[in-house]
Amino acid sequence: MVGAYKITSNSWEYTGDGHSLAYDAGAALMDMEFVQFHPTGMIWPPSVRGILVTEGVRGEGGVLRNRNGERFMFKDIPPLYANQTADSEEEGWRYTQGDKDAKRPPELLTRDHVARCIRREVREGRGSPHGGVFLDIAWINEKIANAAEHIKKKLPSMYHQFKQLADIDITREPMEVGPTTHYMMGGVRVDADSQMSDVPGLFAAGECAAGLHGANRLGGNSLSDLLVFGQRAGEYAANFAKEHSLCNVDNGELKSTETRALQPFERKNSENPYAVQHKLQDVMQDLVGIVRQEQEMLQALDRIRELKTASERVSVEGNREYNAGWHTALDLYHLLTVSEIVTRAALERKESRGAHFRDDFSEKNNQFGAFNIVVRKGADGSMQFSREPIPPMRLDLQQIIEEMK
Amino acid sequence: MPAATFRIWRGEKGQGQFRDYTAEISSGMVVLDVVHQIQAEQAGDLAVRWNCKAGKCGSCSAEINGMPKLMCMTRLNTLALDKPVTVEPMKAFPHVKDLVTDVSWNYTVKQRIPKFTPRPPDASDGTWRVAQEDVERVQEFRKCIECYLCQDVCHVLREHHMQEQFIGPRFLVHVAALEMHPLDVGDRLQDLRTQFGIGLCNITKCCTKVCPEGITITDNAIIPLKERVVDRFFDPLSKLFRVFRRQRT
Repeated sequence: MVGAYKITSNSWEYTGDGHSLAYDAGAALMDMEFVQFHPTGMIWPPSVRGILVTEGVRGEGGVLRNRNGERFMFKDIPPLYANQTADSEEEGWRYTQGDKDAKRPPELLTRDHVARCIRREVREGRGSPHGGVFLDIAWINEKIANAAEHIKKKLPSMYHQFKQLADIDITREPMEVGPTTHYMMGGVRVDADSQMSDVPGLFAAGECAAGLHGANRLGGNSLSDLLVFGQRAGEYAANFAKEHSLCNVDNGELKSTETRALQPFERKNSENPYAVQHKLQDVMQDLVGIVRQEQEMLQALDRIRELKTASERVSVEGNREYNAGWHTALDLYHLLTVSEIVTRAALERKESRGAHFRDDFSEKNNQFGAFNIVVRKGADGSMQFSREPIPPMRLDLQQIIEEMK
Repeated sequence: MPAATFRIWRGEKGQGQFRDYTAEISSGMVVLDVVHQIQAEQAGDLAVRWNCKAGKCGSCSAEINGMPKLMCMTRLNTLALDKPVTVEPMKAFPHVKDLVTDVSWNYTVKQRIPKFTPRPPDASDGTWRVAQEDVERVQEFRKCIECYLCQDVCHVLREHHMQEQFIGPRFLVHVAALEMHPLDVGDRLQDLRTQFGIGLCNITKCCTKVCPEGITITDNAIIPLKERVVDRFFDPLSKLFRVFRRQRT
């Protein structure tokens, strides 16, 4: 659903349709307030804004600096991670070079934290010329011989990307980066074994499903999620299909859906679907972004209501084949539904946890840690939110976590 | 803001014409940005295939001023903007709509190529030992993003329509990656000669020129494969060696 945000690392197809279709079918959505902002997206030139700069750059020894050249991540290390974080720049460097005794540099703290630190530097006037901060891998020239070759070998696609799109040679000069909307932790609530939702026969996996990544996904875990739970969803869906027969489709409902889908072709020179999407992207980016607060989110709900009305007036030209304008017109319904759910869930969680940060409730609150925020579509079509207690963890799993500590 | 004219091919299933659009341009823009801007403001139903905007997915292949290129990696400052910039769909594939073509022929070709066949593991724990040098030889081929610009520019496919007899540069690169893989024991030389039509390539190197990943397609993939085919099937000396070797065993 991150297509509802202006600055995003994702592509056009992230329109929240999976979430919205499941919600309409009666499935429960959970954790919808948790939207992940990746700390390092490209910010210049404007046309590449949001394109991902891999965490690998920091993994290979890349550091974040503000306009004064300061490693600002050292200034703000959350107490929870203090004993896992390097005490000095030197120790951080050794960690990136594979020294098992060294602790990781603060640049590799969780994505939400790094994203907020970057935002703070920019807001307080210590940002880079185009409104981000500097990500510098070229500095390792001081540390190793043939650094340029090393960087090109370890980060070939980043080298290529900056050279070609921004005229920046990352082996010689720092990149400018800033947060970009990246991933949705929330989604359809599913059974962990079968991946089936509350709606019998409806399965979800990956970014469409909720729960696996809690309030904040860690780098690399999406791929393993897809491989493991995608396989399970497929297997259980296939079994379900074998054991059940097709349900009856109501022809009247089918007809009305078709009519609704084709309406944009009949309206002439009305609202432009792309313009409505762009307005929604501004709303979500500015009012339900990295740092949230009640007044702004209430404003966002008003704006979303207006845009819903506008979305019912959109018109498109041409025919049904490969028509991006028509697709956008159809996607608006999903984008707006999911944007409203994200905003309402974020209003409901009056604390800061994981990727969800509230300026007006900037601390973690244990009471809120005991439940998930779940939304279902009510019989009257309204959004019904509830706080549902988190079931206790199985003993064997608890044990594993204890052992790993 | 300065403006430029973009002459974009509009139409369906091979029928159509160029249409001119004026677009405002700003610094750092790529052709795909302009196409999106035109789509959002002037031509809502303009069909264009794209995904990553960073030259990694290979979706937005097109012909810009006649050159096969990725729209997302073509900066406007590399084009002459005092005259219209033409943007057309790839010509070697069946046309769908506007800038979109049907590239599915490529998928069927890939299925015909015998898959990776590793030798049994070297160690009892199921792992292999490989020399770094052997890894580096095939590394380049793995950069391919399957944008099919090399297939588009290849005259064997584009002008002579020999899709039945020739798999094209992209898949010769794929075969090279398999044949030169240090663990692979498969043998694709007979197929290369007959089914895959390697002899049809007359090394004009157009494919190498348009590759957005800079893969040295002709010199590093196609020519070594041609040499292997010649060694196997046409070299009298090696034929003789093989006869002797067979007699000895």
